[in-house]
Amino acid sequence: MRTPLTIRFLQATPKSGWVTLAAFAVLTFIILPLLHLAVPSESPFHVSTYVITLAGKIMCYAIVAVAMDLIWGYAGILSLGHGLFFALGGYAFGMYLMRQIGRDGSYQSDLPDFMVFLDWKELPWYWAGSDSFLWALLLAIALPGLVAFVFGFFAFRSRIKGVYFSIITQALTFAAMLLFFRNETGFGGNNGFTDFKRILGYSITSPEMRVILFALSAALLMATLLLGRYLVVSKFGRVLAAIRDAESRTMFLGYNPLWYKLGIWTFSAMLCGLAGALYVPQVGIINPGEMSPANSIEIAIWAAVGGRGTLIGPVIGAAIVNLSKSFFTQTFPDYWLFFLGALFVAVTLWLPEGVAGLWKRWQARRAA
Amino acid sequence: MRLLLLTLFCWLSFSASAAVDPALVQQLAAEESDDKIAAIQAIAATADPEAAKLLQSLADGTLTAPDGSEIMLNNRIRGELANALAGLRLFDADRAVRLAAARELQTNVGIELAPLLAKALDKETDVQIKALLATAHAQANLASPDIAARLAAVKSLADAPSPNTRNLLLPLTKVDGEPDAGVRAAAKASLTAVERRLAIGETLGSVFTGLSLGSILLLAALGLAITYGVMGVINMAHGELLMIGAYATYAVQGLFRNYLPAYVDAYVVAAIPVAFFAAAAVGILLERTVIRHLYGRPLETLLATWGLSLILIQAARVLFGAQNVELANPEWMSGGVTLMAGLVLPWNRIVIIGFSLLVLLLVWLLMNRTRLGMFVRAVTQNRPMAGCVGVHTAKIDTLAFGLGAGIAGLGGVALSQIANVGPDMGQGYIVDSFMVVVLGGVGQLAGAVWAALGLGIFTKFLEGWAGAVIAKIVVLVFIIVFIQKRPQGLFALKGRFVES
Repeated sequence: MRTPLTIRFLQATPKSGWVTLAAFAVLTFIILPLLHLAVPSESPFHVSTYVITLAGKIMCYAIVAVAMDLIWGYAGILSLGHGLFFALGGYAFGMYLMRQIGRDGSYQSDLPDFMVFLDWKELPWYWAGSDSFLWALLLAIALPGLVAFVFGFFAFRSRIKGVYFSIITQALTFAAMLLFFRNETGFGGNNGFTDFKRILGYSITSPEMRVILFALSAALLMATLLLGRYLVVSKFGRVLAAIRDAESRTMFLGYNPLWYKLGIWTFSAMLCGLAGALYVPQVGIINPGEMSPANSIEIAIWAAVGGRGTLIGPVIGAAIVNLSKSFFTQTFPDYWLFFLGALFVAVTLWLPEGVAGLWKRWQARRAA
Repeated sequence: MRLLLLTLFCWLSFSASAAVDPALVQQLAAEESDDKIAAIQAIAATADPEAAKLLQSLADGTLTAPDGSEIMLNNRIRGELANALAGLRLFDADRAVRLAAARELQTNVGIELAPLLAKALDKETDVQIKALLATAHAQANLASPDIAARLAAVKSLADAPSPNTRNLLLPLTKVDGEPDAGVRAAAKASLTAVERRLAIGETLGSVFTGLSLGSILLLAALGLAITYGVMGVINMAHGELLMIGAYATYAVQGLFRNYLPAYVDAYVVAAIPVAFFAAAAVGILLERTVIRHLYGRPLETLLATWGLSLILIQAARVLFGAQNVELANPEWMSGGVTLMAGLVLPWNRIVIIGFSLLVLLLVWLLMNRTRLGMFVRAVTQNRPMAGCVGVHTAKIDTLAFGLGAGIAGLGGVALSQIANVGPDMGQGYIVDSFMVVVLGGVGQLAGAVWAALGLGIFTKFLEGWAGAVIAKIVVLVFIIVFIQKRPQGLFALKGRFVES
């Protein structure tokens, strides 16, 4: 008899993993929110808005990094277009946030400001339903999923792989960026969406809302890790690894790589979309710059720095890279690109397994 | 004393215009602009050499009226004067002067010039000038009160396609612009003819711009095709090698301006070897220090070379500033050739197309007629076997990478002549040149050539038709669909090693 799904799900993550996650949950659900909300701002224990926002942002990035790792580390597909799915999710949820502004925009119109500016009289058809929170959430998941499914179906069916696939995904996000830069596309052109006011009627800038979004990001990150773990130890994950290591052999064994690749690819894109939907209300802006090829490649380096083929690695990688980014862009803005560039080279040359690989090596040496 | 001088001066100017009716000259000093213009036109209509002298002195501001009063000119009068003078120059003995005058009279010709032009047309023997005059005469006659004259004018304008003719004919096809139905019909027919000819010109123009875009893409993609073919390495820093070539051109221009100002027009030529070796040196450095250690790991190479490109961009920013630098076309590359109405081929683009073809020829010779080329092809086809028969594969890798980088540097020289030179310039071309490589198939020069030219022309056509953004998207979708049919590109590598 097969073990029930829930049991398999619970067993997928080892005990140490559950303990770490529980500690993380206590930290992000209780300790940090309390330190932010209850401790007065003069106290040295107060956690500032800046820290909460930055941490929330990085957790969203970490979700994307894990999504990237699921396809790159476990299925061997390097996407240079994951920023697109992230941004699509952000835009989908941004539409809802724009509608929530209501008549509080500069033009006091029911339409978003940029549409008034363009002299549009009514919402385009694809904005239908954007005033519903649930629809926006659904769209933030389904839209990236749909784009990924259609694109992936054609790409995987004709067995485009390796660098070819990477380049095509890069072109995809590049083309989408150009499309979103146009005012006529109906997503605010260059400026994108900003000046959000409310979610579900509550102010988006209130400390409580920030903490809720922060905790939601943490929850989604943990869910991603658990689900990811379940996927990679399941039969599905094993077939994926087999495809990664020897696609032709896996085909001869009777598996059709198309559906496995397409499955994980679409799932990964949906995760990115959800992360994007959580990211946008926290940073308060979404514009086509998020779709630039450079952003998508950065996602790959988060996964690479942390260590591909492990689930915790990308989380660490996203944190390391983005904390250094905050540090450099504030203190040595001219050196950030040098540092990032050197990081790309150094990680690929000397640290192919990332930080997680270092940890493993260190443990192996201690055991020996 | 002053009065005396003035009288003397008046007498002189009066005597100079002896052949012209003094009453007309006096009218030049009239209050109303319309009267002055009428006088100018009447003087010009005599087609007399004396009239030309008189009007020239009026234009120079040295003419005073017979009664000594000053003649004031405004812009409108100056325009009429210029036309009248050009009309008079049509009778000059020198062919070049007549030609220039006829060219000047291709726009804004009014009915008042019609008799003059008819006279000139009658006397003219040169075919080229005659054609120009016919157009000018037809233009002048469009406003004629005589229906037959208008009809003839409208009909003859069909042979002079230009945006100006189109604008002139357009109102005549409507009832409020032209009362006579016969002329309206003729105008409609002429307009269609003119628009068809203009459309042909535009089409050829976009083919040409497409060719020049394609030749830049070709230079960018040739290098990529070689390095990807030999080493299976996608070099994301390739666009930055283009940038290095462009900045090398900029540096050479600076040197010429400072030390050899007399030969500054030759800087582009001098920049060619400099850019080639600068980019090749950087390429070889990258290959030796980084890429060499990543063989067999194409995805990691992608990331590492991306990192290198970030470093190169930032280095350019630190060295040359974040702003675009200014590069001037040399004299011999500015201007263009007018082939037909609405079709001007700029020299810089012609030179770039020729230059790319030359580079293509040299690369082809290098690959197919030299020992190095043979080794490169051998390593591309089968690396272990090439090694077994004694090809020093590591050395070939370095040289091939240097060559690919150098060609990108040459692309940078070409690009610097038609596009902005700045630290980010390479980024805009990288996606396109990868599309060329993907479309053309790897390791095949022919594939790169056809894909580059095809993509260039295709893109420009779509741009003219649907705008740049839609064009990019359509091209991308086209490539994705195309790869469905031909997964290995236009020119697939064949054999056992395809899948490895």
